[in-house]
Order: sequence, then structure tokens, then C-alpha cells
Amino acid sequence: MTTAPATRLSPPGSKHRPAGTKHKKRGRTPSEWIVLVLIALGALIVVFPMLLLLINAFKSPVDYANSNPLELPEALSFDGIKAFWSGNNFPRALWNSVFISGMVAILAVVLSVLNAFAIGIGRVKGRTWLILVFLMANLVPQEMLFDPLFKLYDDLGLLSNPWSVIITFTVIQSAFGTYLLSSLLGTFPKEILEAAAVDGASRFRSLRSIIVPILKPTLSVLMVFFFIWTWNEFLLPLAFLNTDDSLTVPLVLEQLNGERQTDTTTLVAGTLISIIPTIIFFLIFQRTLTRGITAGAVK
Amino acid sequence: MPSLTRTPRKQVHAHDAPRIPQRGGGRLGYWLYFIPGAILVGVVIFYPIIRNLRLSFFHWRGGRAEEEFAGFDNWIALFQDSEYLQSFQNIFLVIVAMVIVPTLLGLVVAAALFDVVGRRFGGKLSSFLRATFYLPQILPIAVAGVMFSWILKPNSDGVLNQFLSFLTGNEVAVNWLGGQYSTAITSTMVLMIWIQIGYPVVIFMAALQRVEPELYEASELDGANWFQRFRAITLPMIRPEVFVVALTTTIAALKVFAPVFILTMGGPSKSTYVPSFYAYQEFIRGTDKGYAAAIASSITIVVLIVSVIFIKAQHRAERKDA
Repeated sequence: MTTAPATRLSPPGSKHRPAGTKHKKRGRTPSEWIVLVLIALGALIVVFPMLLLLINAFKSPVDYANSNPLELPEALSFDGIKAFWSGNNFPRALWNSVFISGMVAILAVVLSVLNAFAIGIGRVKGRTWLILVFLMANLVPQEMLFDPLFKLYDDLGLLSNPWSVIITFTVIQSAFGTYLLSSLLGTFPKEILEAAAVDGASRFRSLRSIIVPILKPTLSVLMVFFFIWTWNEFLLPLAFLNTDDSLTVPLVLEQLNGERQTDTTTLVAGTLISIIPTIIFFLIFQRTLTRGITAGAVK
Repeated sequence: MPSLTRTPRKQVHAHDAPRIPQRGGGRLGYWLYFIPGAILVGVVIFYPIIRNLRLSFFHWRGGRAEEEFAGFDNWIALFQDSEYLQSFQNIFLVIVAMVIVPTLLGLVVAAALFDVVGRRFGGKLSSFLRATFYLPQILPIAVAGVMFSWILKPNSDGVLNQFLSFLTGNEVAVNWLGGQYSTAITSTMVLMIWIQIGYPVVIFMAALQRVEPELYEASELDGANWFQRFRAITLPMIRPEVFVVALTTTIAALKVFAPVFILTMGGPSKSTYVPSFYAYQEFIRGTDKGYAAAIASSITIVVLIVSVIFIKAQHRAERKDA
């Protein structure tokens, strides 16, 4: 019972479909092998740029200059990685990115729950329009926001302060959360809420002690998504964060890329290091992610 | 428990009633929950929209300069501005790279992964390959852009140039990003396709799980080949997902910024401008923020119109099915 709303998120029918168990009797035909090879080749093309990074990030500058990018390094060199790590205050950027994305993930989920509670449970008048109003945050191009917000945050003394980005993206990400949770709460089992009301629970109490715990799996999917989306943002952080110690990971790399005297091995190593946190995150949350991408799709 | 649910309650239209029984406060109490959301959306989203819409009817140099009323000047100027028109032309190529190619490729890859790899070679292998295709989606676009600009470096030290030199035996030194429009825009499009491909693959594969396996088995027994099955069963079943993918990626394409900013900076000679990038440049370096506001407002209007058209079309398609 408690997981009812959450299971609606996983694609229907996915529970009973052990793919590949059914047709074991018939042998694999040559054309099926060809399809497999073609698809595997496609996957290889997709990861190929990242493999190139991996090969070249561990070359010393001399080795890089004298070798073909497809050749393995002569000896493992950590020069580029060290140069990037210390020269660009990477730990600071990493912390900025984690702090900003983490705060947005939490705050945007809270905001989505509050909005969705009024829309999905309260069924206030004009709720379809309200969802559209909140969705605007997702539709509006960021260049429409950046100049007025730049001035606003400047007046408030929030420029180059992580909170300028946190506030902005809390609103932008909560658009999707409000939309998804509103439709989920619209079909929330009524009996549970009525029982709570009869037991004397206030609205806020029902929200906190009944609805939120039941929605937990969905909320964690949303958090993972908000975290990644915010981590990857570029335009508005570029506009709002200008001092060296306020930059996020993508901004540090972009800045390094723009400097002419940057050594190529440093840049390649930096790109690799910037990818690693995302890949670790991807490996940890792979399941949650695939469940989540499909969550908003058909509704 | 059932006895509790039978507590008498007022018969309101079932569809409009709040889902928690009324007790004082009535429905008004729910509006309290909008307070943080309403304030934040008002300040962060609607204040900028209104300010820029208003500004688009003024000339303004920014800072402490006076605003000068301009009427429709900025809006008329847009249609005579070759950079603006070029940036919208490029949007069509961006739509090819972010919507059309990924959706078509995604259909083929998802169908092959689900139908052939998943059913004949095992689910583990197909989820592994699916994850591989999805990987670029979670990389920061800026980081992916830096990676591509490294591969596409001009002169003979670029990775792609070295690779081509190795293949052809002659020294190749193409300036992919800064040389000419055709190679610059193509490179940018390749980056976009590379980033986008995983999204339709994952969505379509989830959609395919809805299709009854019996349908496939029956058609297989009837001697239908793979392509016939794809057209007669797969495609109609996952049409809603195709719609969603097309809508979300089209909106993303209209707003595209980072790939152009990182790879070409709009060059060579402003030929790879996209509207977002143009608006950004005008806000930062231009002499008239009113004009920049007009560019940004026009993009916003286009995004809203496209979303409405898509949603209407989807509603009509759903009604036809019902």
C-alpha cells in the first residue's frame, strides 16, 4: 500500500518481463548478430571521446606532443592532473558545485511538494492555470531572466554568491517537480487522508507525516534529477558567478579553455577530472535515473 | 478501517473537492501553501519577463543612462537584422541535430536494443548498452563542449586532424570551428547529436515495455519481418513518447546556448549565432539593452507558441484515439 503512488512511476509491466528468457529455444540468427555488432559499434562511438580523454590525460606534455592521440602514454604522468588540480583551485569549485546543487535539490523538492499539495490535494480553483504558471519557469529561456536578475542580485549584494544561483534554480527546477507531483497527488488514495483527518490530523500534519513518507521514492528521484540538472547548468551561473572562488566545475573548465596559454595536457586532464564526479554519480544512481527519466514522460 | 471512511461528508462535485475533508478554513487554507512558491516565481520568473517585455519598447544603454521610449522600433529592427535572421535560420539546423536525428536514431537504437539485444542476447547486455548511450546526457554540456573543442583543434595538433592525417597519409589541418561556416555548424551539430541521443533511447525503451510480447510473437508466427513489426506494432504503441520527446527537445533546441558558446563563440564571423547566444551577447556587449530585450522576448514568445501548438496537437491525437 505504501508504495502505491511510487510504483506508478515505473513503466507499467516492467515487473514481469525477464527479457531474454523466453526465446532460448531458437538459435541466434546471423542478422541478429549483425544488429548487435552495429549497436555495440554505436555505443563505442558514443564513449570514444571519453576514452580519448582517458588515454591522453595521463601523458606528460612532451609525450603528448610527440605521440598520436590514439597511442597509449609511454609512462603514467600525473603532471596535467596536478597542474589542473592546484592551478585552478579545483577543490573549491567542486565544493561550490556540490553545495549549490545539493541545496537546490533539497529546496526545489520542498517547494514542489508545497505547490503540489495545494494543487493535487487541495484542488484549488484554476489549478490547471496554476500548473502552467509554475511551468513557465521551465519554458522561459534563461537569457530572458539573466539581465533583470543580474541587476536584482547586484542590488541585494548576492552576485558571486552561491545563493543567487541557488534561489534561481530552486524556482526553475521546482517547475517540473510541481507538475509531476501534482498529477501524482491528484490520484492519491483518498481513504488514507480521510482516516487521518478523522483521527484529528491537521492538513500540515497529513502532509508531513503521511503524504511525504509515501512519496519518498518519487521525491528521491526528483532530488537526483535536480542535483544533476543544476550541476550541469551553464548560462546563469556564468552570468552570476564572477569571482575565482565562486566558480562551479563547468565554469572553471570553460575559463581554462578560454585561456590561450593553457597547456593541452592540463586541459585534457581537467576535462577528465570534471567528468569523474558526474560518472560516479551516474553509477550510484543509475537505477533511480532510468526510473526517473521515464517518470515525467507519459502522464 | 473501512468504517472510518464512511464518515458523512458534504457531496461536492467529486472532481473538484479537496481530497482531505473540510474542517474550518475551507479550501482557502490551501492557498497558504502557495505563498513561498508564488513569491519566488513572481520575483525570479515573472518580474524579469515583465521587465524585459517593457524594456523591448525602449532604447537603453544600461547603467544610469536614461531610457528612451522607442515604440516598436526594436521589434521592427529585428526583421531587418541579418544576424538575427541568421540566428533563427541556424535554429532549424539545431532542431535537425537536437530533435529530428536523435529521435529517428533513438527509435532505431531503442527498437534494436529492446527487440533484438534484449530478447535474444539478454537484458543485462541491453541495459548496459542503454546506459552507455545515455552517458553523454548527464555530462555538463560545457564539459562536453571543451572535450569536443580539444578533439577539433585546428592545425595539425588537433586529434581529428591527426587521425585524418594518419588515415590519408597526407597532413590534414582543417580549422573545423574557426575556418568556415559549414564545418563550424556541422561540428556543433555533431556535438548536439552526441549529447541528445541517449534521451530518446531511454524513453523509447521504457515505452516498449508496455507492448504485449504476445503481439510480437503472433506477428512473428505470421511471418512478419523485423521492419514490418516495427512499423505495425512498435511505432503506433510508443507514439505518446515520441510526442513528449519531440516537445521537450524542440524547446531545448530553441533555447540552446552552451554548445555554441563553448565551441564557436558564434564564429566564424557571427555565422553560427543562435538566438540565445545573440541575446546574451547583446545584453553583455551591445549598446542597446532595449534591443537585447526585444531579442530575448521574441525567443520567449516563439517558445510559448511552439509549446501551445505541440500540446494542442497532442490533445487532438489523444481524442482521435479515444
